[in-house]
Amino acid sequence: MARKLLEKAGAKIGDLVRIVKSDGSVYEGILMPRYMAFSKPIIVIKLSNGYNIGVRVDDKTVVEVLKTREQILREAAAGAPAVIPLIEEKPPSGPKPRVVIVGTGGTIASRIEYETGAVKPAFSAKELLEAVPEIGFIAEIESEVLFNILSENMRPEMWEKIVDSVAKYIQEGFDGVVVAHGTDTMAYTAAALAFAFQGLPVPIVLVGAQRSSDRPSSDAAFNLHAAVLTAAKAPFAEVVVVMHGEPSDSYALAHRGVRVRKMHTSRRDAFQSINSLPLAKIWPAQNRIEVLLKPLRKRREQELVVKNGFERKVALVKYYPGMDSEIIDFLVDRGYRGIVLEGTGLGHVGEWLIPSIRRAVEEGVVVVMTSQCLFGRVNMNVYTTGRKLLAAGVVPGEDMLPETAFVKLAWALKQFDDINEVKKIMRTNLVGEIAARHTLDVYPRWNHG
Amino acid sequence: MVEAKLDVTKYDPRKLGLRVGLEIHQQLDTKHKLFCSCPTKLVEQPPEKPAFARRLRPTRSELGEVDIAALFEWRKGRVYEYYAPDECSCLVEADEEPPHSLNRDALVIGLSIALALNAKPVDEVHVMRKIVIDGSNTTGFQRTAIIALGGYIELPSGKKVRIQTIAIEEDAARKVDERGNSVRFLLDRMGVPLIEISTAPDIETPEEAYETAFIIGQLMRLTGKVKRGIGTIRQDLNVSIKGGVKTEIKGVQRLDLLPKVVLYEAIRQARLLEIREELRKRGISPQDVERESKIVDVTEIFKNTKCRIIKRALSRGGRVYAVKLPGFHGLLGVEVQPGRRFGTELADYARFWGGVGGIFHSDELPGYGISEEELSKVFEVVGARKGVDAVVIVADEPKAARKALEAVIERAKMAIIGIPKETRAALPDGTTKFMRPQPGAARMYPETDIPPVEITDDILAEANKLKPVHPLVKLKELKTKYGLSEQLAQQLLRHVHLDFYEYLAEKYGDKVAPTYIASIFINILRNLEREGVPVENLSENHIEDVVRALAQRKITKDVVPQVLEFLAKNPTKNVEEAIKALGIGAISLEEVEKLVEEAVEALKEEIMSRGMAALSKVMGRVMPVLRGKIEGRVVAEIVKKKISELLEKHR
Ligand SMILES: [Zn+2]
Repeated sequence: MARKLLEKAGAKIGDLVRIVKSDGSVYEGILMPRYMAFSKPIIVIKLSNGYNIGVRVDDKTVVEVLKTREQILREAAAGAPAVIPLIEEKPPSGPKPRVVIVGTGGTIASRIEYETGAVKPAFSAKELLEAVPEIGFIAEIESEVLFNILSENMRPEMWEKIVDSVAKYIQEGFDGVVVAHGTDTMAYTAAALAFAFQGLPVPIVLVGAQRSSDRPSSDAAFNLHAAVLTAAKAPFAEVVVVMHGEPSDSYALAHRGVRVRKMHTSRRDAFQSINSLPLAKIWPAQNRIEVLLKPLRKRREQELVVKNGFERKVALVKYYPGMDSEIIDFLVDRGYRGIVLEGTGLGHVGEWLIPSIRRAVEEGVVVVMTSQCLFGRVNMNVYTTGRKLLAAGVVPGEDMLPETAFVKLAWALKQFDDINEVKKIMRTNLVGEIAARHTLDVYPRWNHG
Repeated sequence: MVEAKLDVTKYDPRKLGLRVGLEIHQQLDTKHKLFCSCPTKLVEQPPEKPAFARRLRPTRSELGEVDIAALFEWRKGRVYEYYAPDECSCLVEADEEPPHSLNRDALVIGLSIALALNAKPVDEVHVMRKIVIDGSNTTGFQRTAIIALGGYIELPSGKKVRIQTIAIEEDAARKVDERGNSVRFLLDRMGVPLIEISTAPDIETPEEAYETAFIIGQLMRLTGKVKRGIGTIRQDLNVSIKGGVKTEIKGVQRLDLLPKVVLYEAIRQARLLEIREELRKRGISPQDVERESKIVDVTEIFKNTKCRIIKRALSRGGRVYAVKLPGFHGLLGVEVQPGRRFGTELADYARFWGGVGGIFHSDELPGYGISEEELSKVFEVVGARKGVDAVVIVADEPKAARKALEAVIERAKMAIIGIPKETRAALPDGTTKFMRPQPGAARMYPETDIPPVEITDDILAEANKLKPVHPLVKLKELKTKYGLSEQLAQQLLRHVHLDFYEYLAEKYGDKVAPTYIASIFINILRNLEREGVPVENLSENHIEDVVRALAQRKITKDVVPQVLEFLAKNPTKNVEEAIKALGIGAISLEEVEKLVEEAVEALKEEIMSRGMAALSKVMGRVMPVLRGKIEGRVVAEIVKKKISELLEKHR
């Protein structure tokens, strides 16, 4: 109904329209997009006072276009004041580290078109510097949009593209790389990059935002500032995720890509290191980096070594009480080459699954055990089921996060032909994903007094 | 020449072509906040420490426009700290969780008020984000939604004042304090639902502004679903006069101040127009100011000054700058509102744009320790002529001082053109001060985290049930239900505490006569106020406590004014403490009987001879002790009983 009326009037989103309802009431406003399709007979307009309202229409309603979007924007631009920069001072000239920001999705910077309410992503180096001028004081900034996807739509082939792009910039001599990424699957991508760069001379920093960048309270600018600072100045050459360290705009944390996990759906400090302290604290306003752990690699210590490629036929399976063994059988029958199990406690699954797991191993599938507890190490020697699983050929995933083990297995299966080599690699620490020692301080305690 | 001294009686707002629109904000009394499940309660004390600190970054529109005031705050490194009491704030207020759906109860209450205002509900409600970057919202915007359009109210004169929009929005956090670069807010109030009612600029006198606000306020209170008490209702105004501009005035909390604020703003605009006329008569153009007003470093002149403010600025490494305002002699001292001079307006600009403490201007000099000699030298150095030009001096850190004087020059230029568009803050004496330049078109964009709500027949039916009754219906109800006289009911109907009265009458009416409760509001409190008792200190809790004490016979009616007076003067004390302090504690019937028995015994002979006629004698003996503790009527009953008992015994 609404669509038909609008088509008849030739009205497009952004046009100024007049709606005359069958009861004679008249509404004028700019036509807005409707987020929930055209299911209801309602047209959304923006009134001259800036508010949106929905107007119910029927077949007697008349819609007419008063002004086109182009005309409105032209008039608005004519009366607009000069652009005022956020910071008046210009960054000092002279040599600065070179940092490239690679976009994969999410909006680190955006602009609002108040005339229509549309939020438009901004990603050119110029736009980024306009939105977050602080980064221009730290580094020479370049940027590239690799792709623009929601992070839940991320796939291993995209990891590979990111690895290629980042490798290219490092070869060109950049002093650090920032990868802007949606937060949902950022930890997986971070792990993928960590394994793909077996030799790394500069830091690779993944960054995102938990509050979209169109709002004044967005964490995007703060996180980007911290990320660029890390990429330009950090003494380590590792793959890290840099995000808010607490609800305050005080410091960010640099987490090792293989140790980090999104632990909250919405908080700014959603990202936490598991089974490890963060690698560093970053204070963007103070221009300060406080390293908390001994870096695995120092800046400019290693040559660039890239081992790109991830096996697609790998599954991450969370065990639940009563889980059917058909699920394992299905994966084996479909030619899966690796299965990471997220078992209970020290690394268990219902014992009725053992025959299917044994068959999987016999067919050459690498089966790795991790724990749903997330914190702590799997140990399959303590209880009978664990010992039976070991006997069936399950590889204990040590203290690796299930997601990290999944990415690592996908990577290892592509890099090594020999299954036994893969199994050995899965138990070997490569880039900080496995630690032999856990001290008492790497487990959080709730604030219960 | 404009008289420097302002005579407010000379200005008739009607003749000035006054136009006023009101924006009334009233908190709704819902169980939960507008976009989360926190209760709409306020805490007495903020928690010990702020929970988190944020900065808010000015957002840029497609056209590159930024919010100037916000930009300044951000550049200054302004930090906002938030107290987050667990009992009434959650991750939503902390901006750490997306908002929940729009509170349906708030929507229904809002629609019921809209219907009573003859407004037309919209078909679908869309929540917007209105950019507000002063820290009072953790998000940097206020969530707001129009729920109805149009409507009107009728003033007693029969004149109609049109309603333009009715919106539901979230209240802001409460500002606690400001120290150095940090502003602290308390999150308890943030998210409490507000209804915002905006009238058309149909109001033409200060009195009409009062009437309009009063009628809308009364109508909202008649729903019984709005919050009461100080801070729960706020009025913003826009005021203009013929030839003036629409000035926004924020935050009038007291209704009785409203006419004064309107009048003073009308006068301010009239005075600014008079100053403009004078400047034009003197032949001063903005170009003259542009050409002649140069900022000059005059630090040397003040090397040995006696002016303490300048001395302190210099000791901190500051410098002194001066600027000439050509042809402005005498005008900076012109009062634009009682106690506020045109120079004060210049100082407001200097403070806002330069962040300086203030300015000195030649119409108030020599003074403040600045000598005639120093002033003459400044005039000389900036090339100003005494008796013709004015000079403005600022002592501060060089960059700040220069910005301040640039702002002063800009403001002076505007004075020749007209009245600048400003947002001003209402002060307790009815005057206003400059807050910020008026932002351009409202910076609004859709709140995509909250789905739109279609206004269905079900919602409208619910709203209709809540729709406040017509004041005449309420009048009849007051008379029949509580037995109030026509006059008392009329007075109560106009009283801001009408719904509170109804609440008390419902709750305590069987123990304390509803007419008496009414007289507390209509007579007792008014008399106390006339006597100069600070009755504005009395909260609703105080009044309810007094009525409850009456119901529980802890006090008697004759001491109610005394108790209220005590509480008004000692608002932190309670009724129990008042009773103790005033020595008016109620007394048990047994004790009264004992006292009466003693008196009867002492007056035995007289009673025996005069019989019941001796009653007044007995009363005269016991009442001095019992006054305030028990009603005379009750004592008389007991005396009567005891006398008859005595007579019986000796018959
Ligand atoms: Zn809440």
